[in-house]
Amino acid sequence: MTRVFISRDSTALSLGAEQVAKTLAQQASSKGQSVEIVRNGSRGLFWLEPLVEVETSEGRVAYGPVQAEDVASLLDAGLLEGKQHTLYLGNIEEIAYFKNQNRLTFARVGLTDPVNIQDYLAHDGYRGLKNALALQQTEIVKQVTDSGLRGRGGAAFPTGIKWNTVLNAPADQKYIVCNADEGDSGTFSDRMIMEGDPFVLIEGMTIAGLAVGATQGYIYLRVEYPHAKIALNQAIEAAYKNGYLGENIQNSGKTFHLEVRSGAGAYICGEETSLLESLEGKRGLVRFKPPLPAIVGLFGKPTIVNNVISLASIPVILDKGGEYYKNYGMGRSRGTLPLQLAGNIKHPGLFEVAFGMTLRELLYDYGGGSASGRPIRAVQVGGPLGAYLHEGQFDTPLDYEAFAAISAVLGHGGIVVHDDTVNMADMARYAMEFCVEESCGKCTPCRIGSTRGVEVIDRIVDGAQKDKNTVLLRDLCDTMTYGSLCAMGGMTPFPVLSALNHFPEDFGLEAAKA
Amino acid sequence: MQDYQTQKPTVLEILNTHQAMPGNLLPILHGIQDTLGYIPPAAVVDIAKSLNLSQAEVHGVISFYHYFRETPPGEHTIRICRAESCQAMNGKALESHAKQQLGIDFHETTADGVFSLEPVYCLGNCACSPSITVDDEVIGRVTTEKFDRLLATYKGAK
Repeated sequence: MTRVFISRDSTALSLGAEQVAKTLAQQASSKGQSVEIVRNGSRGLFWLEPLVEVETSEGRVAYGPVQAEDVASLLDAGLLEGKQHTLYLGNIEEIAYFKNQNRLTFARVGLTDPVNIQDYLAHDGYRGLKNALALQQTEIVKQVTDSGLRGRGGAAFPTGIKWNTVLNAPADQKYIVCNADEGDSGTFSDRMIMEGDPFVLIEGMTIAGLAVGATQGYIYLRVEYPHAKIALNQAIEAAYKNGYLGENIQNSGKTFHLEVRSGAGAYICGEETSLLESLEGKRGLVRFKPPLPAIVGLFGKPTIVNNVISLASIPVILDKGGEYYKNYGMGRSRGTLPLQLAGNIKHPGLFEVAFGMTLRELLYDYGGGSASGRPIRAVQVGGPLGAYLHEGQFDTPLDYEAFAAISAVLGHGGIVVHDDTVNMADMARYAMEFCVEESCGKCTPCRIGSTRGVEVIDRIVDGAQKDKNTVLLRDLCDTMTYGSLCAMGGMTPFPVLSALNHFPEDFGLEAAKA
Repeated sequence: MQDYQTQKPTVLEILNTHQAMPGNLLPILHGIQDTLGYIPPAAVVDIAKSLNLSQAEVHGVISFYHYFRETPPGEHTIRICRAESCQAMNGKALESHAKQQLGIDFHETTADGVFSLEPVYCLGNCACSPSITVDDEVIGRVTTEKFDRLLATYKGAK
């Protein structure tokens, strides 16, 4: 029986992986060849998907990108023995794009069967939990604090401090909530973890529960991720069956229950307090802070709200220790960040690396430049609320503080590339338009400011009192930045002002006047 | 539009199975939409009564979330991503092409009832932009030609 790996990742499926798997199964069986097709996560080298990997005596051999119509010629060429073919790639782990990553959080993604708990255990799974079960609560939190891990959802708040707050909040019930409402354009690392290694998220949440004394967890998953929901539910079921969830986890006497809840297409529900409202069954209106969710969170109880990647990074920290994780990175940005290369880029994909690499290295050395072959003009980092960077800023290291210093954000690590056909006034207008569409409506600067923002940008572009309206746009952005209740209104000015400052010509303005 | 009386038992059944669940309104609404394809406006009365909420509160939740709909969808729902990554790969051209081919705008259903068209802000498929979904199937690198082929396939399958 030869094992063949074909991904069940959404992006691989969106390129035809399902048809490839079906065709391969049919044709191999009609040839009397015995194959077991494992539906793994994606290695994250998306220009090579759908990828087919074959287990041979010399290790795994990859072929890609494979379409259903290539299967016959692949089998004829000796795919199952790892023989040569025009789509032959060899060992995927030897390709520089993969080899030069630091895969800590994504260690198993693409390697294992995502919903097979035995496979997870065979690849160092649940070692972090095993260690955590032998530690005091404060010791678990200390490992997380020592690791230097900061919230990977975008806000970069120190995870250990948040956990400590919940640990010290007295309550009869506490909750762990995973923010899986990954709505930023250009981001898909959460999705890849949930589809490619859901157990690592489940393990991370279980450890969080042990650390602070929470017995119930929820994964708030966006409805746009149906495949992630299937994988998560399959993994949760397996974890319950094998004593890794539920009561008396691994005979420790500890309890942790976990459930997936679906969002309903509201971007704002990625904001933690809006998410909690939504989980409670209400409209996703942002809450005033304080009180912090760590003190008064879900159903009024102390709650850890962490992003998928933050929680999925916990098992390796508890397995190898906070110091191990901390040794990666630069400055105050410790560990690794799974970056996501998207948009107009030749080699899009997932690139987990220690903080400190420059944007230019990533865009050109690994990304291979634009997909269209035209010059890269603008790059938006950190989602729709992140600043647009121009070519002169590409040498900025990928580090929270370095990005803050140039009025930009690293956020959740999403990088969207635009070539020189982009009109940046259009992108600025779109940023305001998106805020109109997705504002929860609770605070005025965001609700009204975004609508006025669209109008003012239109007037500038139409040439109506350009100078006056540019002053007005800046004033409006100032109000939104400092007057909004949350990051939705507060950060919409990032893309707008960066477009205006770096690309005034697209607004019909001279550089000095912008 | 179906008569609500024929749908009511389904709604009551869903309400019943979610009775003990904390924060159950969204799961209930998902349950109804997954089964009936939409949330009949008349169901609001039953939902409100069951959860001890006002009808305004229930309606407020339904209308807050883009995903929930109060009218029956076409046989297939096409969602086109409008976010930045897809825009960087000609998503806007795809969007106008789709509207023209279908002869409808966003939030509308074709006259023959086959396709509904909805905007979506990111499908997490940004490595292969532009992306759309047809029902639950995600499709990447959608050119206008690929879109036309998809339409033909789904029409043919009818």
